[in-house]
Amino acid sequence: MISRRDFLQVSMAASAMYGASGFGNWARLAAQQSLTQDQLLQFDTFGNVSLIHVTDIHAQLMPIYFREPSINIGVGGNKGAVPHITGADFRRAYGIEDGSPSHYALSAGDFESLAKGYGKVGGLDRVSTVVNAIRADRPDAILLDGGDTWHGSYTCYHTEGQDMVNAMNHLKPDAMTFHWEFTLGSDRVAEIVEGLPFAALGQNIFDAEWDEPAELFKPYKFFERGGVKVAVIGQAFPYMPIANPRWMFPEYSFGIRDENMQAMVDEVRSMGAECVVCLSHNGFDVDKKMAGKVTGIDVILSGHTHDALPEPVLVGETIIVASGSNGKFVSRVDLDIRDGRMMGFRHKLIPIFSDVIAPDPAMTAVINEQRAPYADQLAEVIGHTDSTLYRRGNFNGSWDDLICDALISEREADIAMSPGVRWGPSLLPGDPITHEDIWNVTSMSYGEAYRSEMTGEFIKVILEDVADNIFNPDPYYQQGGDMVRIGGMGYRIDVSKPQGERITEMTLLKTGEAIDPAKTYIVAGWASVNEGTEGPQIWDVVESHIRKQGTVTLDPNNSVTVVGT
Amino acid sequence: MDFTRRETLALGAGAALMTILPLRANAAVDDLIAEFTGGAEVGEGGLTLTAPEIAENGNTVPISVSAPGAASIMVLAAGNPTPPVATFNFGPLAASQDASTRIRLAGTQDVIAVAKMADGSFVRASQTVKVTIGGCGG
Repeated sequence: MISRRDFLQVSMAASAMYGASGFGNWARLAAQQSLTQDQLLQFDTFGNVSLIHVTDIHAQLMPIYFREPSINIGVGGNKGAVPHITGADFRRAYGIEDGSPSHYALSAGDFESLAKGYGKVGGLDRVSTVVNAIRADRPDAILLDGGDTWHGSYTCYHTEGQDMVNAMNHLKPDAMTFHWEFTLGSDRVAEIVEGLPFAALGQNIFDAEWDEPAELFKPYKFFERGGVKVAVIGQAFPYMPIANPRWMFPEYSFGIRDENMQAMVDEVRSMGAECVVCLSHNGFDVDKKMAGKVTGIDVILSGHTHDALPEPVLVGETIIVASGSNGKFVSRVDLDIRDGRMMGFRHKLIPIFSDVIAPDPAMTAVINEQRAPYADQLAEVIGHTDSTLYRRGNFNGSWDDLICDALISEREADIAMSPGVRWGPSLLPGDPITHEDIWNVTSMSYGEAYRSEMTGEFIKVILEDVADNIFNPDPYYQQGGDMVRIGGMGYRIDVSKPQGERITEMTLLKTGEAIDPAKTYIVAGWASVNEGTEGPQIWDVVESHIRKQGTVTLDPNNSVTVVGT
Repeated sequence: MDFTRRETLALGAGAALMTILPLRANAAVDDLIAEFTGGAEVGEGGLTLTAPEIAENGNTVPISVSAPGAASIMVLAAGNPTPPVATFNFGPLAASQDASTRIRLAGTQDVIAVAKMADGSFVRASQTVKVTIGGCGG
């Protein structure tokens, strides 16, 4: 949170810097049932440069429901810091009224009833309306896409990202950085990037063989806006070859490379940049740490960890903006750049309430064009749900419970593992589950569902390894994402312990017996990063399971005991 | 650990000589440092060790060391069965005192560099490099 005291400190450092966030008014408006598009978009144009940030859209072209997490634990220096506060604590911290539109957009709690009241969120045609409105205020606003755009839906999978490329080209971003895009394979990425009508940026995208900057991606791009030279430096997801299959893009190496980031900041400053913006896919805590180490960045537009924050976080003289995921939010940041410095900013996180913001008909047409060839497959109803299906949360989500159930029953396994990804929209009780809905939470280029034998000891090694990628107190050793979801097995985790000591009390749920380190268990999972993984595609496994269920009902999952928070 | 000259690229211009330390399995890292420094006090600063926070491939982890004015830089992989990686010696005509190589790491561990400066003093830098089985992404 930016406190008054922070601003005073900043103004001392930067002589006349001040900031404002356009957040906080719509709670009352909503109470009067009068939320309008004009109010959502209201913004007094400020300064001389405008940035528009979208990130982690995950190919969600259409309005969706998206439930924010109830559990998002921070560790080390980020314990109890945003974005690691959730639900009522989050609302208290930002002064958000219970039951308000901001409650629904930004935090968990009462999700089902608020979703019925406020409706769906997102839709790229609504995003387009917002972008057009900002451009009407400030025609030369810089639109930046933080990546995870060409991944995550039925149409995106079947067009190898082309549906998103076509839609985004219509939205006309000025630059983009990357993460899941690389899981299309490096040949396909090169094919798309070579034809992009905007900059493909990543100062940390290197040639793996020579450890030199990759030729296809530029580290930064200059924009002349309102008489100001703005440099945008890209930062791709640092841990692509670890979190995703390295064999799909063997030519590339990534990493945080903050020393090179500093070199790029110094380079653009020496070339006359008066404003330096980092378009980042680091994840929020990594961005916070990087902002403390690299000097000279004015704004970090943060992606990857899917956090939506109604105010920027200040680190030194850098503001960090988090703009959510799945098309649910657009951030507008206006900057006052004078004498080569950021003297002030005005920020607004604009929630895309699909029923409030009118779709842009031109973008609707583009979206329909992408979806038309697949209309029948997308709409096919596979079953229904009596439970809310959602994904976000450190340890489990009901979508993953369902996927794990499917793996155990369809693959005749003792234990199931589902990756702790943060993408995938939600469904409400009573909703049909369509083919499209299943793909929205499973689609990927390495979705094979493996079935293998693992010893109890090895299962613990996996859990400890993944836990350390989330709960290592040093953000630079965190990969983002959540804990691998486990079906058929319970465990206790102490997030405050070091690797190797966090996981205890592993229990096979069907027998209630403790997991024996020496015994072998049948484990079914999906999304292995290993080349040559064999098995049916996860979406087929889940579809088959849901068809047999007819209507899905899930009990609350209490199989993970969490301590040390 | 096997480490041949062919697998090692010493890229720093004029990184004149590179000596591979003899194998000393299980030698304590502190002993190795003491042997290198002759027991002298080891300070900090002036030596930059660049290594990834998380290795993309534990079998070939790019690292580089740089210490302007150094006479030699020793690199150790503290958690390997055989910790010594390399010692880079820089002659008086060396244009710069930096070197890059790729090393194999048996698991998550600290990579340590110790530089002997021209004035005979020693400085040290270290970084934890995590070797993970990986898996999930946001």
